[in-house]
Amino acid sequence: MLRQIEGSRAVAEAVARCRPGVVCAYPITPQTHIVEALAELVRTGALAPCEYVNVESEFAALSVAIGASAAGARAYTATASQGLLFMAEAVYNAAGLGLPIVMTIGNRAVGAPINIWNDHSDAMAMKDAGWIQLFADDNQEAADLHVQAFRIAEELSCPVMVNVDGFILTHAVERVDLPEQGDVDAFLPPFDPQQLLDVNEPVSMGAMVGPDAFMEVRYLAHLKQLRALELIPRIAGEFRERFGRAAGGLVRPYRTGGAATLVVALGSVNGTIAEVVDELRDEGVPVGSVSIGAFRPFPLDALAAALADARRVVVIEKNLAPGLGGALASNVRMALRAHPLPVHTVIAGLGGRSITRGSLRRVVLAAERGDLEDVHFLDLDWSAVHREVARWTERRRSGPVAENVLRDLSAARPPMSRVV
Amino acid sequence: MFSVRIHGRGGQGVVTAAELLSVAAFREGRHAQAFPSFGSERMGAPVMAFCRIDGRAIRLREPVVRPDAVLVQDATLLHSVDLFQGLADDGWVLVDSARDPAALGLADLVARLPTGHVRTVPARELALEHVGRPKPNAPLLGAFAALAGVVTLDAVIAAIAERFPAAVAERNARAARAAFDRVRAERVADDRVVVPEAGAPTALAAPGASAASTA
Repeated sequence: MLRQIEGSRAVAEAVARCRPGVVCAYPITPQTHIVEALAELVRTGALAPCEYVNVESEFAALSVAIGASAAGARAYTATASQGLLFMAEAVYNAAGLGLPIVMTIGNRAVGAPINIWNDHSDAMAMKDAGWIQLFADDNQEAADLHVQAFRIAEELSCPVMVNVDGFILTHAVERVDLPEQGDVDAFLPPFDPQQLLDVNEPVSMGAMVGPDAFMEVRYLAHLKQLRALELIPRIAGEFRERFGRAAGGLVRPYRTGGAATLVVALGSVNGTIAEVVDELRDEGVPVGSVSIGAFRPFPLDALAAALADARRVVVIEKNLAPGLGGALASNVRMALRAHPLPVHTVIAGLGGRSITRGSLRRVVLAAERGDLEDVHFLDLDWSAVHREVARWTERRRSGPVAENVLRDLSAARPPMSRVV
Repeated sequence: MFSVRIHGRGGQGVVTAAELLSVAAFREGRHAQAFPSFGSERMGAPVMAFCRIDGRAIRLREPVVRPDAVLVQDATLLHSVDLFQGLADDGWVLVDSARDPAALGLADLVARLPTGHVRTVPARELALEHVGRPKPNAPLLGAFAALAGVVTLDAVIAAIAERFPAAVAERNARAARAAFDRVRAERVADDRVVVPEAGAPTALAAPGASAASTA
């Protein structure tokens, strides 16, 4: 059904059609409207049977999901940013136990400094926890990925995170073709757990595992991720057949044929990148892009194939690995180990900084000319950085960096503030 | 693509205005994207929201930096925030005010843009009269339907009906229609512009697409 709907509400509607038995969440910033809408659907009986558990923290939210999933319920929760980090121990537990929970991350920055806006710091902080991590390019895909996520999670008995850019997608109102209940029911069979807490057939979960078996249990978690490399494209194919539209998959190439420069990114910025690719192609610049649909497992082979004919790669990343560059670019380089290409890391959009067509054009054209450094910070205000570094040199007690930079920028700002 | 930037103060409903506009465009079979400016939201602080309308799917995720239209919910923002930054040379401006643009200090803007592209409408007064509350959104969007011709009044009223309970929607629809009629009459009188009737088709129509039948 076509609706003009907020991203968060579209995700909630899609999740509801997946018939979760338990939804739990901690309803405070950085939460989104997703769980609010689900709470309403449970209250009105539109989503039934389903137990909505209002918990006391994000740690509790995922812990309840773990218990519910182990007891045989299809379990769902959502969080972001500090909320995801607060549940970190449970994030590892859910994966270690192999419980097929689906969780939406409305991606946001991680403090300090406090910042509620979008980037991928939260997802990257949990990239090696053992969850499958899918990324949505737009709100249609955000809705569709949840239907696929439950299938993937339950076939592998492995939890799945669906990453949806906070604000940029979660708060955007746009056209979404909501999956029909009948199609979802045909696509997603009732939850048939691989492991179940059942009083009639007692098992224990979460055993202490010593050095004699820990490696093997961990390897098996890795094996599930490798199997997901086969499963994710298959599920995307089945989805396309049933719903008549493309969503998900490992990588999504765009105008890569004959491209000398390929831009690689995760999430909603791929839309803006596609616009820039079209503009530059019209001007005769051979550029294309590849959206990474699955960050874990990382699609080494699929990405290597998509990048094979390029001469250079520009990775736009909304996360910073201080002291290194970016997590995505490091992974992209690994995909290219048999076919080395220059890979430029462009750190962009941190803490909600806008990523504009103009700025993307500039870095792509700089890469074409061979003028782009290995690690580039998009639209960084270097003068503000230099002034703070100078303060460090000037005196030992230069004060808190964030406050200094804010004060510095407000002093430098013209009287009538810029609009965007 | 037609891009709109809506300025107001926290609590005045810029996000709702952008969303209603997007729903109106959607109901006419077009693609639309409404989103807030993601600033720190507090009551009374300057805030803005955006709406893009196009005949095809909208992929762009940057803020609207070159708007085709700027809607201003609060005239007290006029000289404290650079409201018209990036406004297209043939852009449109609509301000909630009972005073005319020159009285608001917008003579330069009137001179820069095509004739009749800068308008004021007493949206709050119309809302008070028809709705009983000083909520400018419905009349502002009704007036906008008479101005740039990217959404019809009927679609705006349908979007209002979808969003609010019937009685509230009905009163808001009356306020929207009053604002539409007023701006339409002004344009016909001042500029000798032929403004379409409430339900006439608009620009940017999607080829062969209609969401209205399934909405």
